[in-house]
Amino acid sequence: MTSLAGGLKSGLCVLIVWSVPHAALASKFNMRPGITEMSVRVQQIHQMGLWVCIIIGLLVFGVMFYSMFAHRRSRNPVPATFSESLTVEIIWTLVPILILVAMAIPATTALRDIEDNEDSDMTVLITASQWKWHYKYLDSGISFYSNIATPQEQIDNLEPKGEYYLLEVDNPLVLPTNKKIRFLVTADDVIHSWWLPDFAVKQDAIPGFINEAWTRIPVTGIFRGQCAELCGLKHAYMPIVVDVRPEAEFDAWIESQRIAAELAGEAAVAARAKTWTMNELLTIGEATFVKHCATCHERDGMGQGDKYPALSGSEIATGAIEDHLGRVMEGKADTEMQAWAPQLSDLEIAAVITYERNSWNNNTDDIIQPITVYEAR
Amino acid sequence: MVAHAQTIHKQRHPLLAFAARWLFTTNHKEIGTLYLWLSFGLFFIAGSMAMLMRLELFEPGIQFIDPIFYNQVLTLHGLLMVFGVVMPAFVGLANWQIPMMIGAPDMALPRMNNFSFWLLPFAFAMLLSTIFMEGGAPNFGWTFYAPLSTTYGPPSTDFFILGVHLMGISSIMGAINIIVTIINMRAPGMTYMKMPLFVWTWLITAFLLIMVMPVLAGVVTMMLTDRHFGTSFFDAAGGGDPVMFQHIFWFFGHPEVYIMILPGFGIASQIIPTFARKKLFGYRSMVYATISIAVLSFVVWGHHMFTTGMPLFAELLIMYLTMLIAVPTGVKVFNWVATMWRGSMTFETPMLFAIGFVMMFTIGGFSGLMLALVPADFQYHDTYFVVAHFHYVLYPGAIFGTMAAVYYWLPKWCGNMYDERLGKIHFWLATIAVNLTFFPMHFTGLAGMPRRIPDYSLQFADFNRMSSMGAWLLGLTQVLFLYIVIKAIRKGAKATDQVWEGAEGLEWTIPSPAPLHTFQTPPIIAEDAVH
Amino acid sequence: MSRRDNKKHTLLLFALAGGMFGFAFALVPLYDVICEVTGLNGKTSTQVALAEEIEGFAVPSDRSVTIEFLARAARGMPWEFRPLEQQMRVQPGTMNVAIFHARNRARIAVIGQAVPSVSPGRAARYLKKIECFCFEQQKLPAGGEMDMAVSFIIDPDLPADISKLTLSYTMFLVSDLAAGSDHAQMASHQE
Repeated sequence: MTSLAGGLKSGLCVLIVWSVPHAALASKFNMRPGITEMSVRVQQIHQMGLWVCIIIGLLVFGVMFYSMFAHRRSRNPVPATFSESLTVEIIWTLVPILILVAMAIPATTALRDIEDNEDSDMTVLITASQWKWHYKYLDSGISFYSNIATPQEQIDNLEPKGEYYLLEVDNPLVLPTNKKIRFLVTADDVIHSWWLPDFAVKQDAIPGFINEAWTRIPVTGIFRGQCAELCGLKHAYMPIVVDVRPEAEFDAWIESQRIAAELAGEAAVAARAKTWTMNELLTIGEATFVKHCATCHERDGMGQGDKYPALSGSEIATGAIEDHLGRVMEGKADTEMQAWAPQLSDLEIAAVITYERNSWNNNTDDIIQPITVYEAR
Repeated sequence: MVAHAQTIHKQRHPLLAFAARWLFTTNHKEIGTLYLWLSFGLFFIAGSMAMLMRLELFEPGIQFIDPIFYNQVLTLHGLLMVFGVVMPAFVGLANWQIPMMIGAPDMALPRMNNFSFWLLPFAFAMLLSTIFMEGGAPNFGWTFYAPLSTTYGPPSTDFFILGVHLMGISSIMGAINIIVTIINMRAPGMTYMKMPLFVWTWLITAFLLIMVMPVLAGVVTMMLTDRHFGTSFFDAAGGGDPVMFQHIFWFFGHPEVYIMILPGFGIASQIIPTFARKKLFGYRSMVYATISIAVLSFVVWGHHMFTTGMPLFAELLIMYLTMLIAVPTGVKVFNWVATMWRGSMTFETPMLFAIGFVMMFTIGGFSGLMLALVPADFQYHDTYFVVAHFHYVLYPGAIFGTMAAVYYWLPKWCGNMYDERLGKIHFWLATIAVNLTFFPMHFTGLAGMPRRIPDYSLQFADFNRMSSMGAWLLGLTQVLFLYIVIKAIRKGAKATDQVWEGAEGLEWTIPSPAPLHTFQTPPIIAEDAVH
Repeated sequence: MSRRDNKKHTLLLFALAGGMFGFAFALVPLYDVICEVTGLNGKTSTQVALAEEIEGFAVPSDRSVTIEFLARAARGMPWEFRPLEQQMRVQPGTMNVAIFHARNRARIAVIGQAVPSVSPGRAARYLKKIECFCFEQQKLPAGGEMDMAVSFIIDPDLPADISKLTLSYTMFLVSDLAAGSDHAQMASHQE
């Protein structure tokens, strides 16, 4: 008797998954419910869809397998001759329609709630760019970039991979519990998609346009997601981490960020006042370069083809300082080279330019001081 | 595959004569053969690309190919499989079979037929040559979303655009030829409602092609002018809108999905009755269901874009329409099951592939239904769940359908039976491998793995390993298929004219192998004959 | 089933294909219309609201809504660009003015074009701009600064369940910095 591995296997697989009581194991096979009211509802809709499919599948495949067994030639040498029945055609058109209507109802009500962005308590502007996220709390004005924190050595298999390989960032998005948080999502260059599975929030970030989504998180914890829309070279390397804290702690954190911003301002004033030596700038410059620039231009300054040009011996990095400074600060339109002026401090920009002009085959002996960068802002 | 040497070119050098024969042929059988071999060749190239990706995805971390190259391979794999493998394979089958099934001597427009085939090798050579270009091959996925493909696309994008134009022209001409053939060349008495379902599904597919391939041509033309001629259709800076790209693309893209499956429906509808020795159940409802699917395919494109920020009413409308497609699709599956019911079945290789097609396509259909539920789609969208879904529809769907057709009609084409034992082994290996490859992708997707990434976090490692092993097995299995086909062409048990005991239809009334010219005088179809 | 029929059908089908190619381009203005009507994607008009559009507005009611302003400079655009006020509470039916501040950091004159986007998208059609810096390109000399105004009325028909709107501007670079030349043509798709 001939049967079909495909259907049997999938049927069995699903059955095995569902008979496994252990929740942790089940979540490996199934969508996890997440932690917000909406994400739980979304998971229930998924579960409903899955059960409908499993039941219909078992029925249809069951009939098929029975037929393949009972109506094979060795058991049923003379085939029947019927080939039409309006009644059954009508039945198997109408019954599925009823099932679909039943499925559409909870999906519709859930969707209405998902799209209800009204009456939020706070707003976070999420701006995607290749390949990092920028978060701005519109109510307090705090803003920062969030970059992947997994070291390149782990990606290159030179070091053992950590527990949160590719799912860790330098600055997580900190959010309070039990507030209706509205996200405004947009992008600087190409389309990205901000996805946090545990909140069931996935919203495309589209350059020039803003989209909305919302969440209300009942529990504290660290939650992780990733960019979901192909956005170029490092699409796999722009994780999202959300750190949910109780409201009071969140307020304290906002305050600490405000103070940190002030301190950074003071530090910038101090940095401007000082005249830095070549060695000091090279050290800071190398660290900055490795963190932000080596992704495309490579550590050896040789770049990757035309798209990510070599800096070693390049016209910009060995030509006029103003052009070099301008390119680093403003980026280049229509390319992955982004504006670093809003992302890096005066000192970091000065240091990285000094580093680029005095590394690899570049020997310009130019030293750029933070004050120069400040004046160019 | 055609065993008949041409006599016209005898006086020339044999190699020249060989080249001239295939270059200038206007015979539908020879052109069908060319299409099928082109598709087969590209199947191995695009399949190797998939195996390369699965090699990289075997473990977390970057081991074999860097992210730059990964994105290029990913893009070419998709483009080649869609435009170079599935579509030419179906056109090849149409060329071989449609004239024989409707009792026509050839296609209606034989010279255009030649032209539409010979555009393709150039289109794909151009597309493949981009790998060696400065800046690399296109790297933005087969859906080439703006602005990643416009403002940020590599220089080779222009070759990609030209390639798509050539494929599009080829497909449109092929489709026109098929429609004109079916409308004008049917044997006397072959009314529309007596046409075999393969012919019906192809007629509908051809209309879909003519309706949407020009839209694809339009969208790549807009890309070209955006890139080089200062327009900004898709650039927000100039008043354009990148989301509009997606709307126009999916207006093409969703019917395209059905272009890649409807002929498969037709193939299953030919094969299952043959081996069940029982007439197709619900012929009329099959025709109407196919037409409904085709019509609905024009109004559901938005379900690829639920996360782009659509207004609520649009999301709801598209969700309902998408769910509605499950109804005619379900009707088709039920009809196939009813055809099998109380038949007298044997399970030769074509039947195995056809049943595999029905079951696994249905699994893909189920995940499609789940994807239609917008709230759940927010979680599935752009994850491996979607990858699992469309590969279930396309591999055991379109590809198994094509393989079923090849096993079914190969004895008619070359006059020899294929090796039945090897055919069965091929089916079982392919079925195991397909499920090993794509079933775990449902789990990785539900667990939260985004698609189109060369590297992933540790939690997804075990399922990815399964998928990778499945993919290599699947790739190797197809070498067996190549061997079986070549073996059957070279030698094998002589096939009878009817080939299969339960086979009905005009193509089984002509000798095996089918002579180069058939139905020079049209057969007469009796009034009371049924499809 | 003569050759004549073949020719006729072939030509008809080619015409259909040609028509569909044209249809792809017709989708572009069609898309704008659909966006206008449905607020798909928050696309908002970059045209002056017509007098007859706004004169029929009902007497301002007690209702008030919050409008939030966002401003960003696109990549490669060396401008500082921000709203003077983060948000305003406004009465639908009354005229309001919001000011945005721009400063050119570059050492050369730079031309920019602001592109608006409204969220939620379905609110876009109720936001009527009487005057806006986004209607035309803006030019700033090296180091120059300016305040730019948008005056607008919110249509009193704004659906009752919307209490907060976001108006976002992205300032795109129009002039080519390296060449220092104008590429005003880049925005020629506006018409």
